Amino acid sequence: MRNTFIGRNPSILIFLAVLAVFTIAITFMSEAFGAGVISTSFVKTLGKTLCLALVAVAMDLIWGYAGILSLGHFAFFGLGGYMIGMWLMYERTKEIVAGSMAGNPIPPTEQEIVDGIGTQIFGVVGSSEFPIIWMFADSLFLQLALVVLVPGLLALVFGWLAFRSRVTGVYLSILTQAMTLALSLYLFQNDSGLRGNNGLSGLQNLPGVTASQDFVSIWFFWASALALAVGYIFAAWIVSGKFGSVIRGIRDNEARVRFLGYSVEGYKLFLFTVTAMIAGIAGALYYPQAGIINPAEIAPIASIYLAVWVAIGGRGRLYGAVIGAVFVSLVSTFFTGGQAPDINLGFYTIQWVDWWTILLGLSFVFVTLFAPKGIGGLFDLIADRRHPDRHGADLGPDKGSLQEREATE
Amino acid sequence: MSSQLLEVNGISVTFDGFRAINNLSFNIGSAELRAIIGPNGAGKTTFMDIVTGKTKPDEGKVLWGEMSKNLIGMNEAKIAQEGIGRKFQKPTVFEDQSVEDNLLMALKNNRKSFAVLFWKPTDADMNRVSDLAAEIGLSNELKRKSGELSHGQKQWLEIGMLLAQEPRLLLVDEPAAGMTPEEREHTTDILVEAAKTRAVVVVEHDMEFVRRLNCKVTVLHEGSVLAEGSLDHVTANQQVIDVYLGR
Repeated sequence: MRNTFIGRNPSILIFLAVLAVFTIAITFMSEAFGAGVISTSFVKTLGKTLCLALVAVAMDLIWGYAGILSLGHFAFFGLGGYMIGMWLMYERTKEIVAGSMAGNPIPPTEQEIVDGIGTQIFGVVGSSEFPIIWMFADSLFLQLALVVLVPGLLALVFGWLAFRSRVTGVYLSILTQAMTLALSLYLFQNDSGLRGNNGLSGLQNLPGVTASQDFVSIWFFWASALALAVGYIFAAWIVSGKFGSVIRGIRDNEARVRFLGYSVEGYKLFLFTVTAMIAGIAGALYYPQAGIINPAEIAPIASIYLAVWVAIGGRGRLYGAVIGAVFVSLVSTFFTGGQAPDINLGFYTIQWVDWWTILLGLSFVFVTLFAPKGIGGLFDLIADRRHPDRHGADLGPDKGSLQEREATE
Repeated sequence: MSSQLLEVNGISVTFDGFRAINNLSFNIGSAELRAIIGPNGAGKTTFMDIVTGKTKPDEGKVLWGEMSKNLIGMNEAKIAQEGIGRKFQKPTVFEDQSVEDNLLMALKNNRKSFAVLFWKPTDADMNRVSDLAAEIGLSNELKRKSGELSHGQKQWLEIGMLLAQEPRLLLVDEPAAGMTPEEREHTTDILVEAAKTRAVVVVEHDMEFVRRLNCKVTVLHEGSVLAEGSLDHVTANQQVIDVYLGR
């Protein structure tokens, strides 16, 4: 057992158990399958939170393990959302257009329907033509493939250019941030082909599905939980073996890894691309639950939030990333959703909607300075108490009187 | 006479007008221990940087192996895969990882990312690790994080990682710095043993340590070779005394 994958990483089992219990509990409390204790919109919030946890795992791989502070992973997340959003919007609009044309005295031709969809979708940006990037929008399979291929390809090209030139540290962070900003500014333009600042909307409606949002929300919740479980196991597998050794080596001393004969650039590129794909999948599950995606989602601030979650949760441990993303994004929902009561100081009223970002910023500074292990570091305290690894040293008071070995036999 | 492994041929390099290496040429055999000494700024570390691909020289060639392959223009990882291992002045091991993981990472295996992703240590690999650990005196420390080791133990671990790479040429930068006399003795033994099957080049300041290595010595001064031969031979050289030993 000690040498198996799970045996070496007992935290995986604990994580999966917690996730399973959580998923089942929420299912039985939902409006669709149980008591209706929690609202459908809160189920969606929780499902979205699981997607954020998945992208945080990807961020932890690239930042916590390989030491590359990427401020671009939310761009990959958004691209994944756009890719699935194109299919959802196309098919949904097709249903509506075909429905309204069905009453016409002359049945509409295929081209008329496509033109009708184009007018519906692109009317807001003053166009009715389908841009070339929508050429696969009628195929669910191809758009699902694009969910991983588009972020993956962008990461591959960008990473190849950046890593090959040996851009590292804060310069690489700035470069990734510039990429994110450029992408978001491009998408804001009306002629980008993705409806400019309107973004894609109505994504919560699944084409051909008549079930109510109560059910759709719980399906997406399950899918998000499954994706997080699979993504977590995959990430744990990547970091558990020699590959994990090498990337942690790159984080701690890049030059040394190079002189050991490993192509540092190749490893970085591989990890950058794989994590971008994971981010794309997370985004493709997130935005149908959010219902809308627009370029503001891709703005650099989102990627910075991602780094803050991972830092607060604990870098270099996968469950830390999950805890950080879940904790901070739920607390953030609480404060920005108007649920937190205002504090009246007499001369000034603290409104949490405005002050939450300041609180978050302060806690980020606090964690960085005083608790670099983050929330996940708390688990070390418990783990150390339970397994005092004394390397066989005697427990005293007389030498050899209470050896560790005797206690276990 | 052993065959020639590395031929440094007329290399020069200039940093901002300062000529760090000036038309440097010498050869190293395939199973030989060689010490390189010289005052500060003589170009010892720059020479290592050039051979391992970290610095590109302005001119000259570094020819490697039986095929006389030119190493200039290859990147660090490729050169390391060719069989050149390098130990830094400061011990650089991966402190966050166990001694065993450090050695496993250095073992001579496929370095491609996909191969590494699916790699599992075989029994032969584990045996090799325990042999190496015995050789560098860290058998009891395999499971410990290497950051917990003493300074001398880290130096040995790094030498062990170099041996795990099975290089044909080992470049060692001031291995004895900061070691106790007993640790120095052990280090000497490891290096002399390693030089029986491969070439070992030691850059060192400490004359006592060089004397104990008991090998051919190359004296560098202002980026080129000043004298070469046994330690007694070079220390008798008037020029060497003037620039280095006489001070």
